[in-house]
Amino acid sequence: MTVRDALNSAIDEEMAADPKVFVMGEEVGEYQGAYKVTKGLLQKYGPDRVLDTPITEAGFTGIGVGAAFQGLKPIVEFMTFNFAMQAIDHIINSAAKTYYMSGGQISVPIVFRGPNGAAAGVGAQHSQCFAAWYGSCPGLKVVTPYSAEDARGLLKAAIRDPDPVVFLENELLYGENFPVSSQVRDPNFTLPIGKAKVEREGTDVTITAFSKMVGFALKAADELAKDGIKAEVINLRSIRPLDRETINASVRKTYRLVAVEEGWPQHGVCAEVCASVQEESFDYLDAPIERISGADIPMPYAANLERLALPQIEDIVRAAKRACYRSK
Amino acid sequence: MTRSTVGSLARRLFASQPRQAAAAQAPDAINVEIPVPFQLHLLQEGPARESVTSREELVKMYRDMFRIRRMEITADKLFKSQLVRGFCHLYDGQEAVTIGMEAALTYEDTVITAYRDHATFLGRGGTVHECFAELMGRSTGCARGKGGSMHLYKPSNNFYGGWGIVGTTGPLGAGLAFANKYEKKNNVAMAIYGDGAGNQGQLFEAKNMAGLWDLPLIFLVENNHYGMGTAEWRASKKTTFYDRVSYIPGIKVDGMDAFAVKEATRFAKEHCLSGKGPIVLEADTYRYHGHSMSDPGSTYRTRNEIQGVRQERDPIERIKKLMIKENVMREEEFKAVDKEIKQEVDDAAAKAKDDPNPGEEELFMNIYKNDSGLKTYGCDRNMVRVQLP
Repeated sequence: MTVRDALNSAIDEEMAADPKVFVMGEEVGEYQGAYKVTKGLLQKYGPDRVLDTPITEAGFTGIGVGAAFQGLKPIVEFMTFNFAMQAIDHIINSAAKTYYMSGGQISVPIVFRGPNGAAAGVGAQHSQCFAAWYGSCPGLKVVTPYSAEDARGLLKAAIRDPDPVVFLENELLYGENFPVSSQVRDPNFTLPIGKAKVEREGTDVTITAFSKMVGFALKAADELAKDGIKAEVINLRSIRPLDRETINASVRKTYRLVAVEEGWPQHGVCAEVCASVQEESFDYLDAPIERISGADIPMPYAANLERLALPQIEDIVRAAKRACYRSK
Repeated sequence: MTRSTVGSLARRLFASQPRQAAAAQAPDAINVEIPVPFQLHLLQEGPARESVTSREELVKMYRDMFRIRRMEITADKLFKSQLVRGFCHLYDGQEAVTIGMEAALTYEDTVITAYRDHATFLGRGGTVHECFAELMGRSTGCARGKGGSMHLYKPSNNFYGGWGIVGTTGPLGAGLAFANKYEKKNNVAMAIYGDGAGNQGQLFEAKNMAGLWDLPLIFLVENNHYGMGTAEWRASKKTTFYDRVSYIPGIKVDGMDAFAVKEATRFAKEHCLSGKGPIVLEADTYRYHGHSMSDPGSTYRTRNEIQGVRQERDPIERIKKLMIKENVMREEEFKAVDKEIKQEVDDAAAKAKDDPNPGEEELFMNIYKNDSGLKTYGCDRNMVRVQLP
């Protein structure tokens, strides 16, 4: 199943099961979705439940949040999360903080979803990773699926969750095919928000990653295995809440950590992973924690520069070897 | 003049006018003339220039407005004695807007407003005690002390707050109207904002979608002519708000006249629920206090102006004069009611003062609705780690 089909089927099944679930965003209806994630939904559920919005993010996000106050379950699509910056006040101030500010009277069962992070050659304004920004905000849940199983399970959980969920997808993963079990295809399949997955077990070094970088980390683990280094790869799946237990349990086994993300390094997700591990597993570390992240620059357009701006498999391999004292 | 003389005079004067004058009236019905004409945008006819009321409704409206006035004056004192912290935006002068509007709505209709929300909260059925307790950050406050002055809520009566970010009530209100339409409820939503918010881009976005999707939404502009310290003519190229958009009808109404607001709201509700889409109401009103308690309110307007409005247009004095003229209540009865309500408000303040602060466990409550097993941290990560209940 491709990630795209996983997302599409998850939305379809949740809309069929609960009449309060509806979809809104630019081009989600007649265009069949800018990235075809909402393909077929307009035909199946009609224009009352699949709404094409004008290009007015602040407006339609506020409308989604207001509808959620009254108990509807909107799925708001941002064509990319770069455009969500126009609506970020509603995501944080109108959605995330409301359950707390109202003393538990008004909950906001909304999902904000769309592609996040770099694509290919789309330049500085269309390539930012927002995991760290949203991940720092109490009141939000932030999830980052990697595989088709992640996409289905986490999106269903997000739609059913009574709290606001920021669902960060990746454009380049939409077309990737993953094997899925029949359990994953079950209409009631969900994954818990807040739990990471050990994608690959290992003993020598822990590599944490999320979204597209999980694939890179797994390939890096293959490379490292050739040199006798058995890397344990953790797919974070959830940025907020962050599964500190799984990360720390792994480091207490391997004694070494490489934290990987696509976004900017300063105040990034990896910074939080590092802080957690040094606080909770300091005595277990045999080497300083390594971070591999996007370069600390706006995203350049030229293909060769873009490649240098984003983490590559060889970067992860090099960092893991350093952590294992196996390279200069 | 006796009640029936006024009634028949009004009927003769406004014989050509509206709807409710033609409907059968209860024998004790009182007809109230609305002197200031409604200004209309994209409408052929407007609200009735005469409102039919009753002794009961008049007494309720007076009591509700006077209670708001006393509450706001008392809140001023509480703020000055530092029992209320942070921000405190007072509504005195604007009472006719919320009470007039509530006279035409039910609690099945939804209301959302910005930070000048104490009176709106009361209009939606909140109590003075709940409001004071929230302002003072006590656990008995309507948001358990976790919201404060700008974040009062009563979703059980469809009051969705209480928002600090200017302009957000437009889209959020449109969302509430969207939900009403989606669930096929025969109710309107009222999105309230001020003249200061009137130029926000997101309002234009909300109006576009409300118009496009025929949302049953009333945009109510509480135009008190000053956005904080900036007079409307210094902030807006166009200083009217009811006619800002070329595809949504609007009505400008004297916001100091509770019956004008009532008739305009009634008209607007009928308009929305007959499938004609959204409508804008602009209430011409005035706040006696400054923008908030940190603003004396006199650096950008004259004391003469404030005094002038108080003398000529005070909404409570207005309804009192009407009630005396219609023999609904005598001057001594007003004195008794005023004393009773003043006592009620003072008692609520005294009770709230003695109420406890929220317990420390409240710090980590209500972050998520679905939070079992989640951990979070206090300031010292090593000391305070909380497993959310």
